[in-house]
Amino acid sequence: MTPLLKVSGVRTFYGAIEALRGVDIEVAEGEIVTLIGSNGAGKSTLLMTICGNPQARAGEIRFADRDITRFRTWDIVRLGIAQTPEGRRIFPRMTVLENLQMGAVANPDADFDDGVRRAFELFPVLGQRRNQSGGTLSGGEQQMLAIARALISRPKLLLLDEPSLGLAPRLARQIFAVLREINQSSGTTIFLVEQNAYHALRLCHRGYVLANGMVTLEGTGGELLENPAVQAAYLGGTGQ
Amino acid sequence: MGHGDGRAHFYVMDYFAQQFINGISLGAIYGLIAIGYTMVYGIIGMINFAHGEIYMIGAFIALMVVVAFGIGEGGLVIVALLSALLVSMALTSLYGWVLERVAYRPLRGSQRLAALISAIGMSIALQNYVQLTQGARVKTLPPIIQGGFEFQFGDTDFIVRLSTLQIMIVLVTIALMAVFALLIARTALGRAQRACQQDQSMAALLGVNVDRTISLTFVMGAALASVAGLMVTLYYGVIDFFVGFIAGIKAFTAAVLGGIGSIPGAMLGGLLIGFTEAMWSGYFSIEYKDVATFSILVIVLIFLPTGILGTPEVEKV
Repeated sequence: MTPLLKVSGVRTFYGAIEALRGVDIEVAEGEIVTLIGSNGAGKSTLLMTICGNPQARAGEIRFADRDITRFRTWDIVRLGIAQTPEGRRIFPRMTVLENLQMGAVANPDADFDDGVRRAFELFPVLGQRRNQSGGTLSGGEQQMLAIARALISRPKLLLLDEPSLGLAPRLARQIFAVLREINQSSGTTIFLVEQNAYHALRLCHRGYVLANGMVTLEGTGGELLENPAVQAAYLGGTGQ
Repeated sequence: MGHGDGRAHFYVMDYFAQQFINGISLGAIYGLIAIGYTMVYGIIGMINFAHGEIYMIGAFIALMVVVAFGIGEGGLVIVALLSALLVSMALTSLYGWVLERVAYRPLRGSQRLAALISAIGMSIALQNYVQLTQGARVKTLPPIIQGGFEFQFGDTDFIVRLSTLQIMIVLVTIALMAVFALLIARTALGRAQRACQQDQSMAALLGVNVDRTISLTFVMGAALASVAGLMVTLYYGVIDFFVGFIAGIKAFTAAVLGGIGSIPGAMLGGLLIGFTEAMWSGYFSIEYKDVATFSILVIVLIFLPTGILGTPEVEKV
């Protein structure tokens, strides 16, 4: 079977700086795949390149058997890719409900009321804050809103950039539990970038390690957890 | 003044009332133009200095339609005005759309100065285009909406006039702004515009066609400016290729005063500038009314750069 997402030889530049130096990654339908790596390795750049902002200068990105490398961002996400990018990026002067309405833009066919109901089931606190503006939410609530907003369009592929960043450990565990639940109940494919390597590797089916704009290791979550190089570089002190 | 004490009191009140009425009508027009500046600034962070010319073109198109109908035939006036309104809105919107495509979109992502210079270039080009095709001489339109109300307070000989046209200007402005506010607050397009204003690349990540949203913002701003153009043509009865310049800068002042990026701010700023101009003309010297307006621009830029209703700009990363 062809993978849902196939990134081949992708090179991305910021001006003269080469942020991705030929990345190959595959994500099959129904999988949770994680990408770990240190600051500046190019993890966020890869997620943004998949969505066409910036566009890859070389290589190919295929989604659901279509070459999307040269598509505009809004056309890419309308094919069924949703992303919660680095920094949550909630619209601060829109209400929680309006933020969710923005999430529905990519897929006008999805049942919005049903999506909102599910979102408030997953994150009840959002239901209580539905008419509050996004900028007044706490960091954790904004993270929940960002994930809920991405799920409204019922994407085939969910791209998450450090969903646990800055959250209290309990909240981070809750977010990971929600991701597993989304993957199991609706079969949503998840591609997850994390610095919290321990939790991410335990959650995922497979993982990749990105360093200096290149994939240096890949394997199942368990294999990577056991790998001495991974332990030394990314699990130091957290390998409980 | 040469009146007795009581009469002088009434005279002062009457005179003020008259300037108040003039100020509101003028302010409504500035407000309509100012919305175009503030919306475009909100969404792409750039002052569209050719917006005054868009307004001028709207005035010219409206004038042509009214003249084409022939003026003075009682019942036809309403038809002529409605046609002028619709034709001018449609064609002026087209100008706004083309302007964005030709002058701004290719420069998006480059430095701000590039777009600003392109805007000034378009402003000069459009002025000269109208001067060449329509001639440099002032075009006049005899008053076609007449009548109104007259008030007299006490036994002074001063008559306060509230013309039908002034009432019409204010009502049309209120109606347009209400529709517009609703559109921004409640429709998918309005949400997309607000989203692009707050975080453009996130809006794109959620499936918003940013190019189209920006185009539509220019179209909407141009449509409102064309209505202002029609009303000014009716109000003053004279236009030329240069009217967009001064009106544009005044509306820009209104947008800055209200808080650039804020739509209620544009309306408020428009009213305040209209008042200032009317009161200055009424009580000081009419020759220096523009000086008064532009002094406000300078003072606001120095002491209150975010305007009355504006939010401090957060530098986008």
